[in-house]
Amino acid sequence: MTEIELLSWARGPGLQIATIIFVAGVVIRVLEILLLGRKANLAEAKGGEMSSGLKTMITRTVPDRTTFKRSSVTIVSGYAFHIGLFVVCFLSAPHILFLKDIIGFGWPSAPTAVIDAFAVITIIAMLVTLVNRLTNRVMRYLTNFEDLLTWFVTFLPVITGYIAFHRIGMTAPTLLAVHILSVELLLVVFPFTKLMHAFTLFIARWYNGAISGYRGVAS
Amino acid sequence: MKKDLLLKDGNPQQGNPLGGTLGESLRSQGVSRRSFMKFCATTASMMALPPSMIPMIANALENARRPSVIWLSFQECTGCTESLTRAHTSTVESLIFDAISLDYHHTLQAASGHAAEAAREVAMEENFGNYLLVVDGSIPLDNPGYSTIAGISNLDMLTESAKGAAAIVAVGTCATYGGIPHANPNPTGAVSVKDIIKDKPIINVPGCPPIPVVITGVLAHYLTFGAIPELDHIGRPKVFYGQSIHDRCYRRPFYDKGQFAETFDDEGAKKGWCLYKLGCKGPTTYNACATTKWNNGTSFPIESGHPCIGCSEPDFWDGGGFYKALSLPTEDLSKTAVYAAAGAAAAGVAVSALNRGKKNASNKIHIKTTIDDLTQE
Ligand code: SF4
Ligand code: SF4
Repeated sequence: MTEIELLSWARGPGLQIATIIFVAGVVIRVLEILLLGRKANLAEAKGGEMSSGLKTMITRTVPDRTTFKRSSVTIVSGYAFHIGLFVVCFLSAPHILFLKDIIGFGWPSAPTAVIDAFAVITIIAMLVTLVNRLTNRVMRYLTNFEDLLTWFVTFLPVITGYIAFHRIGMTAPTLLAVHILSVELLLVVFPFTKLMHAFTLFIARWYNGAISGYRGVAS
Repeated sequence: MKKDLLLKDGNPQQGNPLGGTLGESLRSQGVSRRSFMKFCATTASMMALPPSMIPMIANALENARRPSVIWLSFQECTGCTESLTRAHTSTVESLIFDAISLDYHHTLQAASGHAAEAAREVAMEENFGNYLLVVDGSIPLDNPGYSTIAGISNLDMLTESAKGAAAIVAVGTCATYGGIPHANPNPTGAVSVKDIIKDKPIINVPGCPPIPVVITGVLAHYLTFGAIPELDHIGRPKVFYGQSIHDRCYRRPFYDKGQFAETFDDEGAKKGWCLYKLGCKGPTTYNACATTKWNNGTSFPIESGHPCIGCSEPDFWDGGGFYKALSLPTEDLSKTAVYAAAGAAAAGVAVSALNRGKKNASNKIHIKTTIDDLTQE
């Protein structure tokens, strides 16, 4: 298999397979949660669930002071790499072009220097989260294989993208193919791991808020 | 040039019985010392050598015996030969032709048929072990009858001619990687020179066609140093194929700023913005176009407003469409996503029904704990 063949496979059949697994996996898992349903509540109560749920979706995004003090490294590095990932994924021109091809519309891109800087921030922040996880005793105790796997499959596209952009070590077609393949790995692993939080996070937050907003005893 | 792979006898020109040195030949054709030195300077800069090397090149070329060159053309379009011979007159390209003894070339020689084959055999015999074999075109393996010359199949001619060659230069993407004949579905079973010949040094000079000065630059390097240049992982001389088009492209600042032509006639195209979105393969293509340029240094395709199609890379013809941007999927992904989502929605509902069934079943067998249970012993 030549480099260009590898690249063509990654851009063609590889991407198809990964997309099918990703989309099907996410849809099934989200539906499974939503269709679980909630028992009809016959008791009339004070306090609305909806507004409290929506409020919590926003308030929980801002860490409170004590939590921040206790786990500042986790919070700062976590935010840094999530924001970095967002910029790198959704504001770089080749990525926007890719998304536009699928969803039908695009938006302006950021200059490569900006993307490059955010890629570096993301890489550093992700390394910090890993080191923190492995050196903090409590965190290490709580860490299981899935945590390391999800870290790894998230880190891979960022680092391969960075290397491909700077053409380090190998020739460009191989580097690009490896980058696309790493994204495919992420897509395949996504629905079956805690990476699903990207979709379930706000459902869960709303539910948390809804519970505390509800005043009264449910039937 | 320490990294060079020296050929077995170190000097391919030695023992060539055909005619005198290159210096003599040039003088007899009235080429002035000045234009000869200019040629040497161009060669040096092309090979990325310091100017201090120019006298050395001049000396080596002056005294080089004209090596015998046998040029074989297999499944090809003659574009490579056209590229070379249509190049500007009295330049490096034509000078280099004076520097070699081209003993066999279908398109350029006067003789034809068996007379031509006889000439090839004589040249091979007289220069056994020393001649340079140049090949353009791919070799069909499915059926030897697909391409023959004077009744000899391409495969036989190549293996026979390779035996006495000091080195082989595969010219064009067909000879180097199979090229267009090799493109899907490859009806003739076309392969490259390297797929067949394993025991000779092979220099790959890909391109569809290759830039003429790159072809002659490789020949000049061989003449000057009697060795083949340092090659990359797919056999290309690093001096010419060491950098990607994208890294040397003059439109690169636009790429970096995110300014792209969206169509061939929009404002961006008129302003000369980057052609990435129009399918440019510059980022994955290694060739000298952006620096050496074409037509005697006039311009190169991207300068004329057309994206690079990646012609110097293996399988460029099957690279997912010339006008499809590199980051795009080659197949229709939105359709796949919609079908996958629809199928999954059905599956999700089914799974939920199962879950509900389970929940109801466990509800049914659930026994309520009452205050009486606490008092029970
Ligand atoms: S035109 Fe092509 S080679 Fe030039 S900067 Fe744009 S993508 Fe790169
Ligand atoms: S710009 Fe690209 S496609 Fe055009 S000749 Fe150069 S390498 Fe080949």
